[in-house]
Amino acid sequence: MDSLAFDRNRFRKRRRSSALAMGLCLVATLIGLGCLAAVLLTLVAKGFSGLSLEIFTKMTPPPGSDGGLLNAIAGSVVMTVLGVVIGTPIAILAGTYMAEYGRHSRLTLVIRFINDILLSAPSIVIGLFVYTIMVAPMHHFSALAGAVSLAIIVIPVVVRTTEDMLRLVPDQLREAAASVGIPRAIMIRKIAYKAAWSGIITGVLLAIARISGETAPLLFTALNNQFWSTNVNAPMASLPVVIFQFALSPYSDWQKFAWTGALLITMTVLALSIFARALGARGATR
Amino acid sequence: MERQRTLARFRRSDKIFRNLTFVAAILVLSLLGAVAVSLVTGAWPAMKEFGFDFLTTESWNPVTEKFGALAPIYGTLVTSFIAMLIAVPIGLGIAIFLTESCPMPLRRPIGAAIELLAGIPSIIFGIWGLFVLAPLLQTTVQPALIALFGNIPVLSGLFAGPPYGIGVLTASLILAVMVLPFVTAVSRDVFETVPTSLKEAAYGIGCTRWEVVRNVVIPHTRVGLIGGVMLGLGRALGETMAVTFVIGNAHRISMSLLAPGTTISATIANEFTEADGDLYTSSLILLGLLLFLITMTILAGARFLLWRIDQGMKS
Repeated sequence: MDSLAFDRNRFRKRRRSSALAMGLCLVATLIGLGCLAAVLLTLVAKGFSGLSLEIFTKMTPPPGSDGGLLNAIAGSVVMTVLGVVIGTPIAILAGTYMAEYGRHSRLTLVIRFINDILLSAPSIVIGLFVYTIMVAPMHHFSALAGAVSLAIIVIPVVVRTTEDMLRLVPDQLREAAASVGIPRAIMIRKIAYKAAWSGIITGVLLAIARISGETAPLLFTALNNQFWSTNVNAPMASLPVVIFQFALSPYSDWQKFAWTGALLITMTVLALSIFARALGARGATR
Repeated sequence: MERQRTLARFRRSDKIFRNLTFVAAILVLSLLGAVAVSLVTGAWPAMKEFGFDFLTTESWNPVTEKFGALAPIYGTLVTSFIAMLIAVPIGLGIAIFLTESCPMPLRRPIGAAIELLAGIPSIIFGIWGLFVLAPLLQTTVQPALIALFGNIPVLSGLFAGPPYGIGVLTASLILAVMVLPFVTAVSRDVFETVPTSLKEAAYGIGCTRWEVVRNVVIPHTRVGLIGGVMLGLGRALGETMAVTFVIGNAHRISMSLLAPGTTISATIANEFTEADGDLYTSSLILLGLLLFLITMTILAGARFLLWRIDQGMKS
């Protein structure tokens, strides 16, 4: 009987330590969720009051006067669109090669490895890269250079999703196409792309979400511009860089603009990634 | 005749499309090499001027054009190390909670919320860190740390000096929040690779939940977890904007975690556009090259470990 009593004690102890450990895991989860809530609540609390029509209709002001963020918003949109337009076609084609033509080649393995590294390469290094290949030879900062550095961030994301999504397309579809004599290129464009479409779009949306908040690669490629500019060959303002400049300034009205800009970016990014996930989930269940 | 022409057209367009995809693939492949080559070219003047002394010199003086990377390298390593020290246990905890004890209907929303944290741009964490976290630490946590450790020999050095709010500790905390979702996501993914039958066998012989996690789940996924931690570390090392806001940008090495410091990425972000003189610019590019080499090594290692897991699953 002695040993049984001992065992019961031991059992209680094991159960207690298990409960303790799992309780700590719950605490960890609450900490994680708390961080998200803290950041979002601060953004709404500090940025929401600055939201007005003027934010979208007026230019960034000098300290102490009225204004908005129009040139910064426009600059962000222009460079994001350009970045996606430059990056996406290259990425989709490269992903197509990896999933279709080079499916079993060694080259694909190497590209996938390199691409995965690019996926988490520090964005500031990409900014330096574009500075040395574009800004330094051309002797001036430009929105185009900013767009190219954003494109380099877009590429690995879209390559990855394109390859993954094309690989999910069942081979029977490809074989059926081949058996009725459809050339491979047409099969890929009309059948494989069609089947993988929602997945690839999800990837592009996630890439847009990622670049719309990128600051580091724009600092020394697109620089900044206090005025309205649509010239892609000249410096251009962008929301993240304006936030950086305004937030670190000593002027409280500039800091208020920074918070409003931060709220705008975060809402855009979160909306994009939620939308992308919803689209991806729908594609997966179908 | 018609048929021949159509077939020839098909063959041609097939070839063009194939070559197009091949060129794009090679372009992606050469991107990494191009980054390396351009950085080495840009950093060459500084490499010639300073040689290996660049790595061991603490002074960073634009006036006398004497540049050394020791302070930024030190800051980068210390902030990332502390960030991982905080983020890894919490991230693992979240992953264990999500895969083992979270009620089913809550798993997806909580997982998605943690992933949203990963989507918030770096600059947002920066502005939050500067205006919310730093003042909070300055008034509450840092004085408490100073009071707590002030009289203990070694630890008092770590928490010496006045509580500025901004500094190495604040930067580390922000970094921890930022890498947390990456650690969580990878850990959760590898935890889900543990065969249910293994876990059920352990429960079957009477193991508690924690014993299953500690003796079955974690040993089974060890390699993947290390890969995930290294992936998070790669992120932390290269993180720029958030750190730039809160580290204080001081080119000196200080024992105290409360003192301002700098990191490689923060130095580049702060000084690059204001750098006058080719040697100054070149030194900053050399810093970038160092960051590139450090993160590439760690990321390649992480990818290799995670890739091995994938191979293991297939066989």
